Amino acid sequence: MVQINGESVDAAGMVLKEYLEENNYIIEGIAVECNEKIVPKQTYNEFTLSDGDIVEIVSFVGGGQPAVLE
Amino acid sequence: MDNKDTFTLGGKEFNSRFILGSGKYSMELIKAAVENAGAEIITLAVRRTNTKKNENILDYIPDNVTLLPNTSGARDAKEAVRIARMSRELGCGDFVKIEIMRDSKYLLPDNAETIKATEMLAAEGFVVLPYMYPDLYAARELASAGAAAVMPLASPIGSNKGLATKEFIQILIDETDLPVIVDAGIGKPSQACEAMEMGAAAIMANTAIATAGNIPVMAGAFKSAIEAGRSAYLAGLGRVLERGASASDPLTGFLRD
Repeated sequence: MVQINGESVDAAGMVLKEYLEENNYIIEGIAVECNEKIVPKQTYNEFTLSDGDIVEIVSFVGGGQPAVLE
Repeated sequence: MDNKDTFTLGGKEFNSRFILGSGKYSMELIKAAVENAGAEIITLAVRRTNTKKNENILDYIPDNVTLLPNTSGARDAKEAVRIARMSRELGCGDFVKIEIMRDSKYLLPDNAETIKATEMLAAEGFVVLPYMYPDLYAARELASAGAAAVMPLASPIGSNKGLATKEFIQILIDETDLPVIVDAGIGKPSQACEAMEMGAAAIMANTAIATAGNIPVMAGAFKSAIEAGRSAYLAGLGRVLERGASASDPLTGFLRD
């Protein structure tokens, strides 16, 4: 299992680019971090998700001040 | 006086000294900030992507506006550094506003962690603008850590309470070489004007405009106030007498002698 944005997902062995496309992420508007390291956008098609990986997929939102600390 | 009074941050020149926070954002707020307040810098936050609500805030921000991602949500230097790196990966430049808060009631910044994060991010080539509690020693450490400016709070975020830390912000303006951008708590144009009269380099506001009765009109009011305060600072304020009075008109020789 892979932890993606806090949820356990059955995505081990999948190429990151495929996972993102299958799940309707808009590649231009996101950044991906795996195990606290940035995954550069140009490597999404060669990056394979592994069992136990912790992945964060983020985007910009409005923010002058935090509504709540996560 | 030189007509071109620009403001430089991270090698970029800005004409406007108003920075918009886009929390509580709406299309109306961003449009008003850019068109009525003349904002050239807008802050953004980084959050987990919600694919069900695929709306990109960048679509609402004009291309000539510099984006200033913040690290809100970070509780320590390490988290702030991670958020900053993700924001840079999002492809909108090297600017970052460090926000590190562990107090969830008053949302006060943690200066010690902020200094650590500033050092790490400046070393990675970021233009670092730290949100901070106005403490002179912290400001000096932020300067040596490579900050491009300091962003002391006027009063708690979102409170619209104005310049509660006025004396301490004045000390930062007088005693540090970095631009001082007054951030958080500015509630009305007169407070923005006062901070500019004191020598602040710029003002950041969000709630004051977002919660105003008429957003575009308030954005315009902030623009005028910031410009008036800046002109007053450049002109040099008149002196204040300790006691007594000083006639501004001649008092001699009329109806007497």
